Amino acid sequence: MTVELRALRKSFRNVVALDDISLTVPDGELLALLGPSGSGKTTLLRVLAGLEFVDSGEILVGGQDMRAVPARERRIGFVFQHYALFRHMTVARNISFGLDVRPRTNRPSQAEINRRVEELLELMGIPELAARYPHQISGGQRQRVALARALAIDPSLLLLDEPFGALDAKVRRNLRRWLRELHDRMGLTTIFVTHDQDEAMEMADRVALMQSGRIEQVAGPEQLYAAPASAFVHEFLGESIRLDCTVRDGLAYFPNPAVPTVPTNCRSGSAIALIRPHEIALTAETGPAEVVAVYIAGPLMHIRLVLDGHVIDAIQPAQNDRPRVGSAVAVNLSSARIYPIEADTGPPWL
Amino acid sequence: MHNATPVPRNTAIQESAVTRIGLTGLTLVLLVTLLALPLLIVFAEALKRGLGPALDALAEPDALAAIQLTLLVAAISVPVNAICGIAAAWCIGRFVFPGRRLLVALIDLPFSISPVISGLIWVLLFGANGWLGPWLDRHGIRIIFAVPGLVLATMFVTFPFVARELIPLMQEQGAAEEDAALTLGASGWRIFWHVTLPNIRWALLYGVLLCNARAMGEFGAVAVVSGRVRGQTTTMPLYVEALYNDFDSVGAFTVAALLSLLALVTLVMKAILEWRMGRRGGVGR
Repeated sequence: MTVELRALRKSFRNVVALDDISLTVPDGELLALLGPSGSGKTTLLRVLAGLEFVDSGEILVGGQDMRAVPARERRIGFVFQHYALFRHMTVARNISFGLDVRPRTNRPSQAEINRRVEELLELMGIPELAARYPHQISGGQRQRVALARALAIDPSLLLLDEPFGALDAKVRRNLRRWLRELHDRMGLTTIFVTHDQDEAMEMADRVALMQSGRIEQVAGPEQLYAAPASAFVHEFLGESIRLDCTVRDGLAYFPNPAVPTVPTNCRSGSAIALIRPHEIALTAETGPAEVVAVYIAGPLMHIRLVLDGHVIDAIQPAQNDRPRVGSAVAVNLSSARIYPIEADTGPPWL
Repeated sequence: MHNATPVPRNTAIQESAVTRIGLTGLTLVLLVTLLALPLLIVFAEALKRGLGPALDALAEPDALAAIQLTLLVAAISVPVNAICGIAAAWCIGRFVFPGRRLLVALIDLPFSISPVISGLIWVLLFGANGWLGPWLDRHGIRIIFAVPGLVLATMFVTFPFVARELIPLMQEQGAAEEDAALTLGASGWRIFWHVTLPNIRWALLYGVLLCNARAMGEFGAVAVVSGRVRGQTTTMPLYVEALYNDFDSVGAFTVAALLSLLALVTLVMKAILEWRMGRRGGVGR
């Protein structure tokens, strides 16, 4: 179902956890909430599930205002960070819990519940674990059980809090692919929290990047990487090289006049230029940057430059001409994105 | 090369054999004299004149009344403390609220003050000259020198056992499972019976066991509020003292032996519970 968040605000004592969050998640989308720890991602998830309450703002799921609906009636599937499986119940009873606790009037028959549990175990690929206890199965298996348990209640929305956080790298990669496939099959609107950009970029239809309780940008993974809306987004995703510059009349000037100016629509004043290592163009002519080291690793040539005392690590395809160490080369930063400095001073309460 | 030097013992312990054996021996001697010997003497004294007189001492009406009263006091104060202990542990383990630290400190209070004071507070509150004494007197309610006073004093002294067992466990387990149950549509009671309680059952049982042992064995606080009317307000520990003061050593030690047996049973059950809790990784982790 479509999820609409309007101007959500929440603070814990004097810490602002959610600061004017507005976000629309269309039906069937897989959205990642990405951000450093403490950025408010988990709080946002818990607010959606009804485990925390906002100070102001609206939460609509499928057009219905959720603020008056208690958590137990929301039918929102939640997979907790450490799975929170009921440790004294078997896997099968964990999965059936959401059905077992329904009031008698709309509880399915025992046979129906058993059938549903079997179905879910099958879907998760773990039919052999039904009689095991949580402490008898592996982390990856627990994850699947937690997911099955959340799906058993036929949720209108699925929320996952750091679904792969507690798993080792290999299991994590496999589960990532598996979960994406599962989502494609089921088409359930899903929001997951992660601090791992690769995870967000690989799995999500769109990524909402959060910082200090605010959403910095919501976009598809490719767009997020190619057109970061702020310096924070740029530096959070992938390698970034940061250089000071000054903007005057739509042109960014670098301290060294030998570096060509970059056209920008950033307003005039002090600014920073951010560029990714592979976007730095080197030209054959002599220029202001000194080559201090060059090495080739697989398909990439890593070139370390020093420009006015700043170390710049550039990357070029390995087949390019190899610059001579000690030579002075010209650099072209025309791919750099320019951000005004004020936007980078951090949240207003600091 | 110093091939002639002796190879050092392959251990981090560098003390000489004399020191090690001496210290171990001293510990054993202390254990025997301080713990095992007194227990043996209790049983030896009780059975000094054979099993017959010992059983006769237990069959005395006053002895039976003391045993009954002790069981009654424990039967009231232990369940009440278990329920209050769960409630307190749940509040403290699950929520952050102003005064939380104060509450934790208050729960420990009965441990840190003398049992005599624990009894005296009730006398000061409900006694004939206490704050509420005259009012109670007018309405014909007896608390001090009666069963309610014994229960109150016992409850006060044994309050921390259950709460203290549960607080660290509930803090460590966190609320995630309860949150999960909530999102799955369970009601508050359902969550308590099917998620919260099963997760704390072994620690709860352990706390109840300790609470019970202390409730039956408490002397100081109970002595202050009891009035020591034999056959009416004398619990087992008080009865032991009364018999001993009457030079009825077989009687005193027989009742004492019964109390000691209770302690031994508690000890065995505690060991079993600890084994269970340990095996499940601290009550099932």
